[in-house]
Parts: sequence; C-alpha cells; structure tokens
Amino acid sequence: MSELLQFLFSGLTVGAVYALVALGFTIIYNASDVVNFAQGEFVMLGGMLTVFTYAAGLPLPLAALIAVLVTAGVGVALNKLAIEPARGAPVVSLIIITIGASIFLRGGAQVLFGKQIHRFPSFSGDTPFRIGGATILPQSLWVFAGGIAIFIGLYLFFTRTLTGKAVLATSNNRLAAQLVGINTNWVMTLSFALSAGIGALAGVLITPITNTSYDVGIALALKGFAAAMLGGMGNPKGALAGGLLLGVIEAMTAGYLSSQYKDAAAFIVILLVLFIMPQGLFGAKQTERV
Amino acid sequence: MTIRSLMTTAAACAMLATPALADINIGASLAETGPAAFLGDPEAKTLRMEVEKINAAGGINGEKINLIIYDDGGDANKAKTFATRLVEDDEVVAVIGGTTTGPTMAMIPVFEDAEIPFISLAGAVEIVEPVNPWVFKTPHTDRMACEKIFADMKARGFTKIGMISGSDGFGKSMQGQCKGVAEASGVEIVADEVYGPQDADMTPQLTNIKGSGAEAILNSGMGQGPAVVTRNHTQLAIEAPLYESHGVASKQYIELSGAEAAEGVRLPAAALLVADQLADDNPQKPVVQGYRDAYEAETGEDVSTFGGHAYDALYILKAAIEKAGSTDPAAIRDAIEQTQGFVGTAGEVNYSPEDHLGLTLDAFEMLEIKNGEWTIVQ
Amino acid sequence: MRPSHKSATLLVLIPLILLAPVFFPSSFYYRVGALIFINGLAVTGMVILIGYAGQISLGHAGFAGIGAYSCALMPVHWGIPPVLAAVFGAVISALLAWLVGRPILRLKGYYLAVATLGFGILVYMVLTNETWLTGGPDGMNVADSGLRDLAKSLGINMKNSEFWYWLCAIVMVAGVWLAMNLQDSPTGRALRAVHGSEVAARTVGVDVARYKLQAFVISAVYASVAGSMVALQNEFVTPDVSGYMHSIEWVTMTVLGGAGSVLGAIFGAAILTLLPQVLTAFAEYEQLLLGLIMMLVMIFMPDGLLPSIMRRIRGKDE
Repeated sequence: MSELLQFLFSGLTVGAVYALVALGFTIIYNASDVVNFAQGEFVMLGGMLTVFTYAAGLPLPLAALIAVLVTAGVGVALNKLAIEPARGAPVVSLIIITIGASIFLRGGAQVLFGKQIHRFPSFSGDTPFRIGGATILPQSLWVFAGGIAIFIGLYLFFTRTLTGKAVLATSNNRLAAQLVGINTNWVMTLSFALSAGIGALAGVLITPITNTSYDVGIALALKGFAAAMLGGMGNPKGALAGGLLLGVIEAMTAGYLSSQYKDAAAFIVILLVLFIMPQGLFGAKQTERV
Repeated sequence: MTIRSLMTTAAACAMLATPALADINIGASLAETGPAAFLGDPEAKTLRMEVEKINAAGGINGEKINLIIYDDGGDANKAKTFATRLVEDDEVVAVIGGTTTGPTMAMIPVFEDAEIPFISLAGAVEIVEPVNPWVFKTPHTDRMACEKIFADMKARGFTKIGMISGSDGFGKSMQGQCKGVAEASGVEIVADEVYGPQDADMTPQLTNIKGSGAEAILNSGMGQGPAVVTRNHTQLAIEAPLYESHGVASKQYIELSGAEAAEGVRLPAAALLVADQLADDNPQKPVVQGYRDAYEAETGEDVSTFGGHAYDALYILKAAIEKAGSTDPAAIRDAIEQTQGFVGTAGEVNYSPEDHLGLTLDAFEMLEIKNGEWTIVQ
Repeated sequence: MRPSHKSATLLVLIPLILLAPVFFPSSFYYRVGALIFINGLAVTGMVILIGYAGQISLGHAGFAGIGAYSCALMPVHWGIPPVLAAVFGAVISALLAWLVGRPILRLKGYYLAVATLGFGILVYMVLTNETWLTGGPDGMNVADSGLRDLAKSLGINMKNSEFWYWLCAIVMVAGVWLAMNLQDSPTGRALRAVHGSEVAARTVGVDVARYKLQAFVISAVYASVAGSMVALQNEFVTPDVSGYMHSIEWVTMTVLGGAGSVLGAIFGAAILTLLPQVLTAFAEYEQLLLGLIMMLVMIFMPDGLLPSIMRRIRGKDE
C-alpha cells in the first residue's frame, strides 16, 4: 500500500512538471494554431536565469521574478522579430521558425551560460512529508500549487476576460477578429509574453527537482507536447490532466512493470487514447472547413 | 549551381580555419554538446587550454600544435563524418576523442584505414579488447569501476546489490559490465532498475530496490540523473548505502545533490579529485594539483576526471611525438605503444602491444563524501 | 504542373551530382555528398507524404532505424547478406507502416504528429533497451556489404568515401525517378486531390484513406532504405539513427527547401547537411547561427527556399 502511494506521489510530481510545460503550449496555440517548439527553451531560460541572478546575490523570489520577466521579453521579441514578419506564412513554416528559435535560444544559452548543470535550493527545504509510509518533497507541492494556480488563471482568462476571448477569436478567424475591432498583433504579442512567462515560471518551480542546463528544453518540450496532445491541444484542462496522467502512467509502469519501458508505456497510452478519441481527452471537436 | 557554390564556401571556410604550414595537426571529435556534454565539454576545454600552454612553451620539437576540435554531439554518424574530415581534409597526424563508446566505435574503421593513431576517451572495454594496433584509451574501463565497487561492498559485508542505471550509453554500458563481473566478485544483483537521463524522480525504482532486500545500491550513470537518485535515496530514507560510479566524479555532483543527501556516498575515482590528500611522495600529486589548479583558474568550473582523460591523452601524445622525433603517424603510433611509466591524472600508464589501456585497478581510489568533500577511504 | 517536370528535375540533379566532385578540395567532400544523398532520399519520401498527401510525420526516423538495424542484425543472426537485409528491412518497414498507418492516419494535424512521434520513440526505445540484441545505446557493428569489393572486381577501384558518394547518388536518383513517376500516376493525382481538400476528394469518390496509407507506406520505405544506407556505409549503427530529432530534421529539410517539389526538398537536405560542416568554423556559435539561418529562411521565404528562389529568377513571369 505504501508502495502504491509512493508511486502515485512520484507520478504526480513528474506529472505536475509535464503539466506546467504543457500549459505553456496552450496560449500560443490558441492564438495562432502554432505549436511553439521553443516552449521548452522558455522553461530552460526561467531556470537558468534564476540560477544566475540568484548566484549573483539576489534573493530567490526577486531572482525568479526577473527570470520570468526577462523570458516574457524574449517571448515578445520572438513574436515581433520572427513570427510577425512571417505573417501569412503557412502554419508549418511558422512551426519551423519556432524550431529554429529553439535551436537559436539553446545555442545562445550555451554561449552565455556554459554547459554546466545547475540547481538552486528548494523553496521550503528538502525535509520530505511522510504520509502513509510514502514520502513527498515540499518542492513537489510547490509545483502542484503552481500548476493549479496557472490552470485557474488561464481558465478565468479564456472564459471570463475580454482579452482571453479575443485570443480565442483571433485563432478562430483572424480576419473576422480584426473586423470586430480586435488588435490581432497585440493579441499575438500578449500570447507570446504569457506563454513565455508561464514557461519561465515552470522552469523556476521545477529546477530544484529536475536540475537545469542549457539543453533541458528538448526533453521537457517533448513530454509537455505529448501531455498537451493527450489532454487535447489548446485546452488548459487537457494540459493539466494530460500532464498528470502521463506522469502517473510512467511512475506506475516503473513501479509495477518495467522501469526500462516506462516512457514507452506513456506513448502507448497516448496512441490508444488518440485511436479512441482523435482530439485527445478534452479536445474540442473541430468541424472541417472545405 | 547553388550546391556547388556552397561547396566552395565550405571549402573556403575550411581553408580559413587552417593556419600556417609545418604545424602538427592534431584532431579531436568530442561531444561538446548533446547528452554527453557533461563529459565532452571539460574534455574540449582541457585540450584547448593545454595546447595553448604547450604552444606558448615552444610546441613539440619546435613545431606548434594546430588543434582541430569538432563537436559530434555524441552522435555516431556525425562522429564518423568528422573522423573522415579530420583524416581527409585536415590531414591530422593523430586524433583524440570519442567522448562516449558509440562514436568511438564508429570512428575506429576510419583511422584504421588511414593508419592514424587514435586515443579514445570513452569507457567501454570493447575499445581496447581485442587490441586494435591504432586504438588506445586513457580512462579506466567500466569493468574496473564495477570490480572496485564490488570489492569495497564485499569488504563491508554487503553481498546483495541493487542496481539502478541511466538508460544512456554510459549507464547501460556499465550496467552490462557490472552484471557480467558480479558473480566473479562474489556479489549478487537482486534488483536491476533503469531511469532516463533527464528523469525528475526515481523514487519508484528506489522503492522497488528497497523492497528487494538489497544491502547496498549501485547507481551507474552520469550527468544530472545521479544527483536526483541521491536526493531520492535520502528522501526515502533508504538504509542500504549508495555507491555512485566514476560518471559523477566532479564536485558538481555534490552541489547538485546537496551535501546532506550526498553524505556517505562512495564512488571509485581517479586521484584527481583528492589531489591535496595524496601523500607528498606520490608522483601523481604534482601532476593532478597542477592540472586542477590550471583548469579551475581557466574555466571557473570544478575539475572533473573527464577533462583529466583528455589531459592524459594529449600528454601521452606529446611525449610520443617527441620520442618519435617526427610527425609520421606510424612512428607516433609506435611511440605511443611504448609509453611506460607515464604519470597522468588517471594513474600510471604502461602501454604494450597487448595492452592499450595501460592502467591497473590501483589507479582507482575509493572515495567517500564527508561534509560535502571527497575523502579517500583507507 | 508542366509535362516536362519529371525530366526537368532529373536534368537538374544528375549534372549537379556529376559535376560537384570537380570542385571538391578533398575527398572528405564525397562523404558529405553521400550524406546529402541519403537525406535527399529520405526527404523525397517526405515530399510524397507531406507535399503530395498533405500528411505530417514526426516518426519516420523510426523506419530508418528498422532499415539500419535490419542490415546490422540479419547478417549476424540469419546469415542474410547485408544488401538483401536492406531489402527485407524495407519490406518490414512497409508492413509496419501499413499496420500502424491504418489507425494513425485517421488523426489530423498535430494529433497525427504526436502519434507518429510516439511510434518513432517506441522504435528508438526498443533499439536502446534490448541491449542483448542491438548492443544498446553504444550501438553495434554492421557487416561489410561487400559492394565495394564487388565494384573492385568489376574494375572500379575507388576510395571508400568516393565509392559511397556514387552509390548513394544512384540510389537517390532512382528514388527521385520513382517519386516523379508516382506524381504523374493516377495515385499522384488522387493524392493531390486529398491534399487540396479531403472532404472534396471524398465527395468525388476518391478513397481518401487508401491513398493516404499508400503515401505513408511509400515514404516509410524511402526512410528505411535511407537508414540502411547509413548503416551499410558506416559499418556501424547506434539507436541515434532512429532518434526523433532526425525525424524533425527531415521534416525541417523538406519544408525549408520547399515541400511542394522533390527538388526543393533535396535542396533543403543539401543545405541542412552542409551547414553544420560550414558552421564548425564558428565553434560555439554553431547552434546559434544554425537556428538563426533557419528562422531567416522561413521568415523571408515562407514557401521554402527553392520555390522562392525560382520565383525571384523568373521575376515578372508570375
């Protein structure tokens, strides 16, 4: 019993990491139909910038804030310098631009920060909580809390605010959105700023657990993307559920079946889910335009 | 048309990068980026730093070294391409590199064909067994690390061992070697778990090892994975002591794990990490102290044994070129094979036609982490 | 589509392949050429999938892995000659693509992308984990294909890299020729209809699922043969050959060069294979520049390099 609980805690910890990354994908996707392959690099920047500002002597909360703001700035720059000038390009070309951006940011981080692996201390120490014979680290709770807070924030944003609705409208039909007076350029800029900021916040929260280095973004983006697709792209609820589910599947497979094939199990579940629900768990049914 | 002009651009770039004549061209293909960058990065930095030093002191036999390093990212296909480039385009006389085993094995046929001596920095036994006349290596083998660890475990009365390994080349290779020598070493592997090199949590695997009745745990892996294993080991309050591999032999491991979690962890490593604790009459002491101080001053990073492997390879090569008195690859190869009593960061190296590893088990020290510092287990 | 399209593509490719060696400063460039042709073969398959049928895949390196490891494993375990093993590998890839493709191709867009990604990762994981069979992440040797000896016995004596340059060129040109024929066939026309609009194609009676599956299977065979060529040339193979980064690389080459035509995709393959070799001169700035170049190309030539360049050359014509 305590084993099951430990596997569950592990799965939720890892799953919360995936969910945080997956949440970052949703906004840009909702605004532009583009899956931003540089999302993992935003997470990396959040972690790395915090490492270096913290090492420079700033208190951790301030260091984290700076990291989030700077990364949001990088997101805005990416939109202004690379996505906006390519307006009208096919979505697949925009995706290649984000792949290029991911390589570019990774290359830049490598030059700027070096290739060492880094970490900063957990927010509330490393003394684990013991529940029913299993243990969980305080930092895992921070990651949960962060994931849930971002989820609620996004949910309210998309359903309750005019700006959030403007983002959705822009995605549905850019021209129509412009016609009803939505400044679609501003919506795109905002989306990139928010996505990058959320990615950076994820990086800040998870680094005490996962460690960070200039190239952590690739693996994180892969799992985050898979989690987002499992849940249904563009839906914050899907990102959260997909991430947690992916983490729990991996941990249960590692615990009960085979730690070698835990990642394989995760992808097999994704394939099975998609065969039954081609839009993911919470994805909206889309009508096809002819 | 455009492909052609690109080809000529490529050629122009290659020519720009090649300085004056009469230099000694030494090549290297290392995993400066990619999953094995944790090993490849200090190797490349060491080579650049030491070559600069050698050139400033007048070079080898009065000729300057022209060092050409390519980043293969740990990919075997890229490594093979760069090996071809080093031989056919850069016309090197010797090559250092292959950070990991895959790229090393992929490159060997190129150097064998071209008859260029090659000193690998990767761990696997297959590189030097059977002996290939053109291939040498400087790091200890994984098998030696396993034997050293198992001997220490047995001495402490642990015979039931739980293994947890990274799924990368380093972890998998050592996992295989350890399982191979377990029986001969008198220990039994009672649990065998694996994690991905970027995984965030290994408590399921460790929970299973805990439940298997293992008396000691061996983690074969490199990079950031072992730090997570170490923290999870403490989190689960597992009593069986944790052994790490030589893949974490850098101060960074202690920082990433946290000194508290790393307390009491043991690992086999070269004397480089405990330079100051060596006896004053130990011939290795000045070598490892000198390299450590220079590396840390130059890069601002903690020294690791991987950079040490590159250091050893370069100076074995330098001595061989001096001895051969020429830059003929075959003459250099013969001189490398005659290396005797070379004191490097990994230990004393004695190559022979039958032994292209040249190290013995004595070259490993068993270290224990106490209060965030390495100490030698007596 | 002009009728001369097929011959035009070959008329551009073949002279380039024949003339390029004249400008090689050293025999190393034969190796780069061979890699371009191997990638060129794989992206020709991607054009059939992306350009003709309008489907995406982030898992085709998985088929390359099957092709490569067929060449590595079959000679050891069943005594099958490596070249024949490449053929068997292509057959296995085709069967697997047919099996996997049926359910997967019902998915659209990103869902198709993640499903194919998952497939590729499963292949990679098997190759990495089953150390007893594949040697694990450190890879395994591939038996000498004997092709170079065969050439020698026919009186063609070449350096290794030179030999593979010509062999890979022949295989790629054959692949291109087949792809061009496919494009002009009824299947090709049906695929273009599917690409235009699946719903419209279905209404006029095109069996959409069947044609998409055909494109998927054919492109899998191209990827498989490309993987076999890597294994046979290197005489060594690691699971990296099936890594998902390679799948993404092939899609990038195709789109960057221009997914609409085989020539464009091969152009993209050439650029992205050459760039890392050129950029080594910039040492640690290599990645930074590679990413920058990719972004700039897509910003200023969103339809791909070749179509944009062609438009500029033709100038006012269009």
